[in-house]
Amino acid sequence: MQAFIIRRVLALIPTLIFASLIVFVSMRLIPGDVIDQMMAQNDVATSADRARVEASLGLDQPMYIQYFRWVGGILRGDLGNSLWQNTPVTRQLAETLPITFELGLLALIVALTVAIPIGIYSAMRQDTAGDYIARSFSLLMLAIPSFWLGTLVMVFPSVWWRWSPPLEYTPFFENPIANLSHMIVPAILLGLALSAVTMRMTRTMMLEVLRQDYIRTARAKGLAENLVIARHALRNGLIPVVTLIGLQAPLLIGGAVILEQIFVVPGMGLLLLEAVFARDYPVISGIFLVTGVAILLINLLVDLTYGFLDPKVRY
Amino acid sequence: MSEAVQSATATPLLLVEDLSVSFRTDRGTVRAVDSVNLHVDAGETLAIVGESGSGKSVTAMSLMRLVGDNGTVDSKRVLFDGIDLGALSEAQMRKVRGNRIAMIFQEPMSSLNPVLTIGKQVAEPMVLHQGLSWREARRRAVTLLQRVSIPDPEDRLDSYPHHFSGGMRQRVMIAMALACDPKLIIADEPTTALDVTVQAQILALLKDLTRETGAAQILITHDLGVVARYADRVAVMYGGRVVETAPAHELYANPQHPYTQGLMASVPSLDGDPGKRLQTIPGQPPDLANLPPGCAFAPRCPYARDECRQAPPPLEPIAPQHLRACYGYE
Ligand SMILES: Nc1ncnc2c1ncn2[C@@H]1O[C@H](COP(=O)(O)OP(=O)(O)OP(=O)(O)O)[C@@H](O)[C@H]1O
Ligand SMILES: [Mg+2]
Repeated sequence: MQAFIIRRVLALIPTLIFASLIVFVSMRLIPGDVIDQMMAQNDVATSADRARVEASLGLDQPMYIQYFRWVGGILRGDLGNSLWQNTPVTRQLAETLPITFELGLLALIVALTVAIPIGIYSAMRQDTAGDYIARSFSLLMLAIPSFWLGTLVMVFPSVWWRWSPPLEYTPFFENPIANLSHMIVPAILLGLALSAVTMRMTRTMMLEVLRQDYIRTARAKGLAENLVIARHALRNGLIPVVTLIGLQAPLLIGGAVILEQIFVVPGMGLLLLEAVFARDYPVISGIFLVTGVAILLINLLVDLTYGFLDPKVRY
Repeated sequence: MSEAVQSATATPLLLVEDLSVSFRTDRGTVRAVDSVNLHVDAGETLAIVGESGSGKSVTAMSLMRLVGDNGTVDSKRVLFDGIDLGALSEAQMRKVRGNRIAMIFQEPMSSLNPVLTIGKQVAEPMVLHQGLSWREARRRAVTLLQRVSIPDPEDRLDSYPHHFSGGMRQRVMIAMALACDPKLIIADEPTTALDVTVQAQILALLKDLTRETGAAQILITHDLGVVARYADRVAVMYGGRVVETAPAHELYANPQHPYTQGLMASVPSLDGDPGKRLQTIPGQPPDLANLPPGCAFAPRCPYARDECRQAPPPLEPIAPQHLRACYGYE
């Protein structure tokens, strides 16, 4: 088990190097650059000024030097400073990452509590009205973009009932209730989007499992249907669902960027958006890097969960 | 059920009268089992034989009332140990399954749950039906595994099915079936998926264990060689009906239904003559969604007459304990 984790983490290294290259290069491909924007804002436009600013930010160096500097920084735990605020990127990430993490975790909880029971129900009542409703609901969730749903949730309640979701962020440890009442709406929207695919997968897998011979054995033992499901079917059915959840991690993060914007959640998504508008390379690169690492870790976690669910997988 | 059979044994352990099962399918209603009459005496082994699709498994599953959502079971009565199973509620029926009647299936590879330990799966019926704690049930599982000759049973409790060979898994299935000391064990082709040497071991084990515990057995097979060696009586099924039933030795010595005779001719005989060519019955098994009005075997029967094509012949005694559903061909 330990050896497995070490092996897996070592295997992440080439992936990370590759990811860092992509992040770095794509960053320089965003049209427009930070200097232009700074110049425009400060009304100074001589080419001497421009060169001075470039040099101070290290942007006058060739790309590969900039890359190695950046990577060297990463290895020392230094992601550089924001080009605009002059604060370390690591500090900005430390402030925003937990917030996005909380949003993602809440969304995942929402997704699983919605998707798994409904998926199981749908499979047990295959082709009944309940099954059709559940499946239509999941199709709907799949089709509706969460930014649209988010906008609706912002607009309509305020028009109809003069109520809108709270938009003021309070740190969780300061006031959990205020924090949750702010986070819960975006978490539900994000969770519903995630639940759509998970629900369909749970249903398909449960149907598959319920056809298996060992389910017939369980019934022939005299087990009631709920025990057949809970003890004999669920774990087998969930094994592939876990993988699917891992695969959806990028979707979760992408959705968080949008919903943080709509609901003014000061997480990494909001930071990213601001950074992109400002062409704040170090911040963007830092976020991408953290996101990449997060996705790799989620996949590692998925593999470990796999081993827990499926006795045939041993490390 | 005819007088002749009932008088032979006062109260059979299981008495099945007019059992029919039909399935709703895309192709219409499939009558998989049609007015089947059977009985099993305490402690005896009844073999049910027949070609693939003749309704053997469906008969077995319908005794347990586990035919699935698209199936309908009908019966005059299914008396088991004095209770009419047909009249039980689902909850009452669950107390019979795995407890008074246990089942063993054909596919040992897939009939055990891959994510649960052997110990848990063998212990489960005892926890369920006898109210034992998991701990106590596990302790008894060791004894059960010992009885089915699994080496080092204590160490194997925490193994998973994929650690076992097919034969070993079938032993585990048998241990599981024995867990609550059932009065009847239904083994649905328990050895078809195993190699020949293992087959013999498993069947011998089943025979020994049922003899030891006094449990009766319904042994479903399409192997007449198995029947000869392990069964006391035989019911031959064709197209969802029992076409002949007799004590095993009697059936071998004196098969009376043309289909049984055809089956006999299509297996290597036990008493030597390996050079004899095997015959197969010409023609196709019947389409259950579209059964002929008369005897289901008539289209393949060398003796079929007009009468045979009008109404199915009833199962009638032709000798003590020997019944056949045929208008005769003499
Ligand atoms: N759930 C079901 N839905 C529709 N038809 C079914 C169902 N179960 C069984 N049947 C049909 O009932 C018939 C009898 O099947 P059964 O499994 O009892 O045959 P069998 O005698 O056990 O054959 P085998 O030797 O292959 O096991 C088959 O034609 C099968 O297609
Ligand atoms: Mg069968």
